Amino acid sequence: MSSSSRDEILGKIRKARGRSGPIEGFERDRLDARLKSRPRGIIPQKARNTGAALVQDFISRAQGVEATVQDISALSEVPDAVATYLADHNLPAAVKMAPHADLAQIDWTQRPTLTVSEGRSFGQDKVSLTRAFAGIAETGTLMLLAGPEAPTTLNFLPEHHIVVLKRSEIVGAYEDAWDKLRDQVGPDGILSRVVNMITGPSRTGDIEQTIELGAHGPLGLHILVLAD
Amino acid sequence: MQSTSKNFKANSTKALADPNLQQALGKMKVGFVEKRAKARAALPEFDALRDQARDIKNHTLANIDYYLETYEAAVQKSGGVVHWARDAAEARQVVLDICAEEKAKSVTKGKSMVSEEIALNAALEAAGYEVVETDLGEYIIQIRGEAPSHIIAPAVHVLKEQVADDFRKKHLHLDPKRSLMERKELISEARGVLRQKYLDSDVGITGANFLIAETGTSVIVTNEGNGDLTQTLPRVHIVIASMEKIVPTLDDASAILRVLARSATGQEFSAYTTFSTGPKKAADPDGPEAYHVILLDNGRTEMLGTEFEDMLRCIRCGACMNHCPVYGSVGGHAYGWVYPGPMGAVLTPSFIGVAEGGHLPNASTFCGRCQDVCPMRIPLPKMMRAYRRKEFEAGLAPPAARFGLDIWGFVAKRPSLYRLATRMAIGLMGWRGRKEGRFKSLPLASGWTDHRDMAAPAGKTFQDMWDKRQGARSAKDLEREAAR
Repeated sequence: MSSSSRDEILGKIRKARGRSGPIEGFERDRLDARLKSRPRGIIPQKARNTGAALVQDFISRAQGVEATVQDISALSEVPDAVATYLADHNLPAAVKMAPHADLAQIDWTQRPTLTVSEGRSFGQDKVSLTRAFAGIAETGTLMLLAGPEAPTTLNFLPEHHIVVLKRSEIVGAYEDAWDKLRDQVGPDGILSRVVNMITGPSRTGDIEQTIELGAHGPLGLHILVLAD
Repeated sequence: MQSTSKNFKANSTKALADPNLQQALGKMKVGFVEKRAKARAALPEFDALRDQARDIKNHTLANIDYYLETYEAAVQKSGGVVHWARDAAEARQVVLDICAEEKAKSVTKGKSMVSEEIALNAALEAAGYEVVETDLGEYIIQIRGEAPSHIIAPAVHVLKEQVADDFRKKHLHLDPKRSLMERKELISEARGVLRQKYLDSDVGITGANFLIAETGTSVIVTNEGNGDLTQTLPRVHIVIASMEKIVPTLDDASAILRVLARSATGQEFSAYTTFSTGPKKAADPDGPEAYHVILLDNGRTEMLGTEFEDMLRCIRCGACMNHCPVYGSVGGHAYGWVYPGPMGAVLTPSFIGVAEGGHLPNASTFCGRCQDVCPMRIPLPKMMRAYRRKEFEAGLAPPAARFGLDIWGFVAKRPSLYRLATRMAIGLMGWRGRKEGRFKSLPLASGWTDHRDMAAPAGKTFQDMWDKRQGARSAKDLEREAAR
């Protein structure tokens, strides 16, 4: 069924375009070139700050969509930050952590009452701790990649999501984040199975168009911005 | 879904008399219109971004066979499977075949208008699968046995109190005395009930806002997180997408995303924009083992190269219906099929035929707001006009309208007769209405006078007044020339 449907659909497109077969020759080269060069369009002015102003844009816009943001100056401050967040929100002292090399360096012994486990979530975890790939200042958006070090379930199943982001990982526009990702993946690489752009905690306006937080994903998104 | 688009008139009469619906629709102005206006004002490049979004889609549509084939190859490279479906029946069969092969029992769904278009839920249920909609709005209307009344806010016609009643009837395992007064309580209840469904389900079905040719990626744009849970927890992820969702690159998708959420809910960016490429890799700790994409035609190739091709740029933001005075009065169900509002008035006759949906383009005041707010600059009024013409040409317009238009056409083609006829009519009406200044009823015009008075004419026709004015002006011109 599928191959004849495919041929018929492509055939109808080509007929409507006045062609008898696939695009060939110069036109095809031009399209191939466009795919490779990935022309950038308009990048809004609000996505073009640099340095400290860029970081400030990211922070204020993330706060604008009800994320909470905390500056930390070293990874060793993570246990305190996490413990304080849990206490402030009356949460049990347990965290499910992504098996990420950076997070593995954290010494939790200073917080012996906190239970830290690694791995994916099956829905029992109240709080997760993960590592972001980038922060996008344009709209206060986090970019997280799925992979061996980053279970996607940690981004959505827990009630609270705590994310570690380095200051140097903050970029201006979405396109800047894609370029950063392409640099990492290589020219013919396949993207991570999932790239999540997360802008604030989960929300819904489905009842009477009034936004409420915490629909199916996390109720709280807490970003630890790490100086580096 | 069985269309009742033909009955738009009866449907809308019913809608206007429904107090709950009218109350719900009354909340739309602040909900969507003002938020979009604010988002637009906060981004100086917004209109330039709309032009750019239009150009990206036009380029893609001009070369859509190339981009679809490129996309297919990229999906296959990532380990996913692409299925091409000519129509709704084929698309449903692909889903049923996958579910059978996977020995699935239950299916969870993220919000997808294309799945409504192909009436997927009914087919799955008939085949014995449990189907659970997980988007809160979709879940509400699934419980109510209704169709979505808005493409991004499917339960926009339902009041909070109605949701509470529905939840009490559906969630019988919960304490009947629990409070469901607040929105938060309702949302938290749905969250709790649906959580287990994702974990138990075998197949997760989502739609796609974009398909990206460069990387073989499907994109969903959501706020709740249910779409992500739907595509992460079950063993199998099926994406059902219409073919015009394709764009060339990640950068092109990002460019269009800048106008999508702002036009839809007035958010600068929605909470979750998720890019998915293929199934779980060997070392991934979670994610689906299989990833399928169904590319649906279902009438779209027929629109290519016609006056309706511009409609294929649509990114389903809902701005046209949010700003439509007709939609705002009657809501989405009156339109009788899957897609309501101005975009529905074009898509319905395109997909299910002029005989069934050709009446919808008449439900327009041609105020042009839909076109003004469309992020993809789709000339909706022009296309509605084209479908009105097609309806008339196909002989589907009601006899009274045809008869009236024939008479008007006969007179309008004869200028002196037209002048005489309008002068007589206006003169007579002006004289009859001279005391009241208005008419409470008029023969052949009850459609107007049943709902509002008709102002009595001033006694002269527009043409006569225009002639007089032109005459006056030319006399003035003469004076001016004389003075020079």
